[in-house]
Amino acid sequence: MMPLSGDPPRSRVLAVALIVIAVGLAFAPFLFPGAKPLNVAAKVCIFIALAASYDLLLGYTGVVSFAHTMFYGVGSYGVAIALYSLGARWDAIGLGLLIALPLAALLALAIGLFSLRVQTIFFAMITLAVASAFLVLASQLSWLTGGEDGRSFRVPELLQPGTVFIPRDALGVAVTGRTLTYYLVFASCAALFLLLLRVVNSPFGRVLQAIRENPFRAEALGYRIVVHRTLANVLAAVVAAAVGALNALWLRYTGPDTALSFNIMLDILLIVVIGGMGTMYGAIIGGTLFVLAQNYLQALMGTVSTAAGEAGLPLLPSLFHPDRWLLWLGILFIASVYFFPSGIVGKLRGGSG
Amino acid sequence: MSAQDSIDAVAALPKARRDLIPLLLPVALALAALPFIPSSSTWVTLTIAGLAMGMMIFIMASGLTLIFGLMDVLNFGHGAFIAIGAYMAVLVLAPLGGWMQADSIWLNLAAVIPAVIVAMAVTAVLGLAFERVVIAPVYGQHLKQILITMGGMIVAEQILYALFGPQQIPLPLPTSLRGSFQIGEAAIEKYRVVCVLVGLVVFLSMLAILNRTRIGLLIRAGVENTEMVEALGYRITRLFVGVFMAGSALAGLGGVMWGLYREQVNAAMGGELLVLVFIVVIIGGLGSVTGCFIGALLVALATNYAGFLVPKLALITDIALMVAVLLWRPRGLYPVTSR
Amino acid sequence: MSALLTLSGVETHIGRYHILHGVELAVPEGQTTMLLGRNGAGKTTTLRTIMGLWRASRGEIRLGETRIEALATPDIARAGIGYVPETMAVFSDLTVRENLVLAAREGAMDEKRLDWIFGFFPPLKKFWLSRAGTLSGGQKQMLSFARAFIEERKLLLIDEPTKGLAPAIIGALIDCLKEVKRRGATILLVEQNFRVAQEIGDLVGVMDNGRVVHSGAMAELAADAGLQHLLLGLSLDTHQ
Repeated sequence: MMPLSGDPPRSRVLAVALIVIAVGLAFAPFLFPGAKPLNVAAKVCIFIALAASYDLLLGYTGVVSFAHTMFYGVGSYGVAIALYSLGARWDAIGLGLLIALPLAALLALAIGLFSLRVQTIFFAMITLAVASAFLVLASQLSWLTGGEDGRSFRVPELLQPGTVFIPRDALGVAVTGRTLTYYLVFASCAALFLLLLRVVNSPFGRVLQAIRENPFRAEALGYRIVVHRTLANVLAAVVAAAVGALNALWLRYTGPDTALSFNIMLDILLIVVIGGMGTMYGAIIGGTLFVLAQNYLQALMGTVSTAAGEAGLPLLPSLFHPDRWLLWLGILFIASVYFFPSGIVGKLRGGSG
Repeated sequence: MSAQDSIDAVAALPKARRDLIPLLLPVALALAALPFIPSSSTWVTLTIAGLAMGMMIFIMASGLTLIFGLMDVLNFGHGAFIAIGAYMAVLVLAPLGGWMQADSIWLNLAAVIPAVIVAMAVTAVLGLAFERVVIAPVYGQHLKQILITMGGMIVAEQILYALFGPQQIPLPLPTSLRGSFQIGEAAIEKYRVVCVLVGLVVFLSMLAILNRTRIGLLIRAGVENTEMVEALGYRITRLFVGVFMAGSALAGLGGVMWGLYREQVNAAMGGELLVLVFIVVIIGGLGSVTGCFIGALLVALATNYAGFLVPKLALITDIALMVAVLLWRPRGLYPVTSR
Repeated sequence: MSALLTLSGVETHIGRYHILHGVELAVPEGQTTMLLGRNGAGKTTTLRTIMGLWRASRGEIRLGETRIEALATPDIARAGIGYVPETMAVFSDLTVRENLVLAAREGAMDEKRLDWIFGFFPPLKKFWLSRAGTLSGGQKQMLSFARAFIEERKLLLIDEPTKGLAPAIIGALIDCLKEVKRRGATILLVEQNFRVAQEIGDLVGVMDNGRVVHSGAMAELAADAGLQHLLLGLSLDTHQ
């Protein structure tokens, strides 16, 4: 129980699902050979960790923030800019992290402290505005960020796809720098997830939940809400930045669309809500479902759309067009807020849904 | 003392004179920008552009601020009504191209006015449906409201894409509203003047309704304290639906005006404008129509001046403005609600 | 003397907190019933439950023959109840006049009634067109009272009207209440100030821990210092 910080899945189905996902991700390069499946697996790891950091904020602290991708972007750009400017060296990565992580913490601190002066309701709207501004800033400071085109860069030799450790003939699947990168991403995301699990099950985490349930009572009991919320903000931001750095390393590219777009924000919002707010495991289930759907459902939709078009049905072809997958996700999202407020995990645990 | 007592106590502090400082802010901003802008004719153009844009944003935001002030509902889906209004105008004006292109103001109006009416009617009805189906089940639960209305916004945007396609759809101005007046060296676009006039009419009408009618009285009282209004015997929840519909219709009107301003329409415009609308509503103070008006003018003027002086930082300027106002008055220029 | 308002076995939960544990109360018509008790005994909760602002989880509330515990607040108000809340709840952004216009449900305000109110509360006439937010605490309480009396009501629910007010203003409020009583009103009044309670109360109910633990005539309680001490943890002289 120790690695899980005393917070077990509490549902047989959930436990099985988690084990399947964990095993699948752990052995992905061997179970699902090929560039695309490995890409999907890496994206699952990244989104799980990112969504978990958002769950800390939304599910455990009860704070609705639309600025979360900002921190993710800071981590991504930090590493990207460092590798771009200094070349493919490990110390460049270190420097990037050294700048990005504290920067993310500082931004989170500023936002958190600002909530001192404004009501919680304003907070959501303000984070929306700040995130938009940050996106504009990133595109405008093109000398630094590469503007709309972003930054492509080379990673250190150990991580490059060209570096072969074990040729294909030996195991049937080549173990290359790409594989190593994947395991770096997998191990880091797993570690970050377990760290978050530890935090939410610590006394600090319990106070956060108390504040979420009843802020007035918590304050009356002597807990300083703003301090706790700010700390949660900072922690979530730093984790998000770390995940962003991993994403940059994996893609060997960072741009507004991969690191800062509002779509990413919506994606993790959907993941956390559908997976189950305040459960952490919801991030795993939701993240896996989401990324799989994003990559494979669209193909399915495409088939349906073409079929509907050939059958001469009105409207359906455009509703099922692969580009419209967000429509169905949005409907699922609304449905889950109404009917499964505790998300999939909550439902599996036999809660009131 | 209970929280309500504290609020009442603060509110009872001497406020002998009406709070006029915020009213002067837009004027101050316009004057402050003057020395930075090279030619006075440019300043005039920018200021008029700012006023026009401000009016449109005010129209879009006024509904949202009343809805939140009165009903305690956060509608993150408000942007959908903006986009839908614009698309309705596209639909209505599509077959009326001839009238729009004719160089006669009467024919032009005969095309534009039905477009506006249809846009507002459709958004009002959709607002009714949205309120009853999507929002009513989650009254009082802010978190769920934010999530559900965001979801509604996503779904609405996607449906618009499915129906109309993702590309920008042109919405040209009618001929008689094209072009500009010349005043000295300054060129003042005719359409912008129209926007300012429409905006003023809407603002003054809202003030008249709020201050001189019984319904307005109920709304103003309800914004402050819904419970007490009910305890006085009024079924104010019925009013909610009406206010929601009116707010959505105003968003639709704003969408039509904005679509004509940009001469193009796209489903993403709702979301893009929503950020500005939120900033305006926050600056003005949730529930205050006058605050919203001032906030909209400030934001629009600031955006236009910044767009000219430091184009890359226009949006940042709006954020900075919001932060500055909140540091001065944490609940906005004219906080009305007791929340 | 029939009971205009009766509460039987009323329980109220707010979230996880069980505040009222079976309240039994009868408010006879034409009389003034005081509701006394320590802080946190459940007095305000009782009034709010009657008004429907909080829903009773169990029990019955009758106004005359009609059961009102399941009605919505506006309907309860329309049944003929006037409510003066603990927080006064005047609409700060509205003028004194507008506050009263709202309160006059039936339509136009009765001139004579208005003059009668001005007689007790001259500041209301003075600040007629001023925004209610500019009034002092005592003046706001006057306005809150005026809103309840602007029209004839079957029942008046008044919650701690004298809290934090200067003696002069308390005097004006008491005079007003006495006149209203004289005209035959039925009043349920929550009050911490025992002196005031004694002056205008005909009957008394004492609450503790969400129940009415004693009810009877005010005169009896006023004469029995021992009982006062037991119920209210004080005696007449010490609690003002």
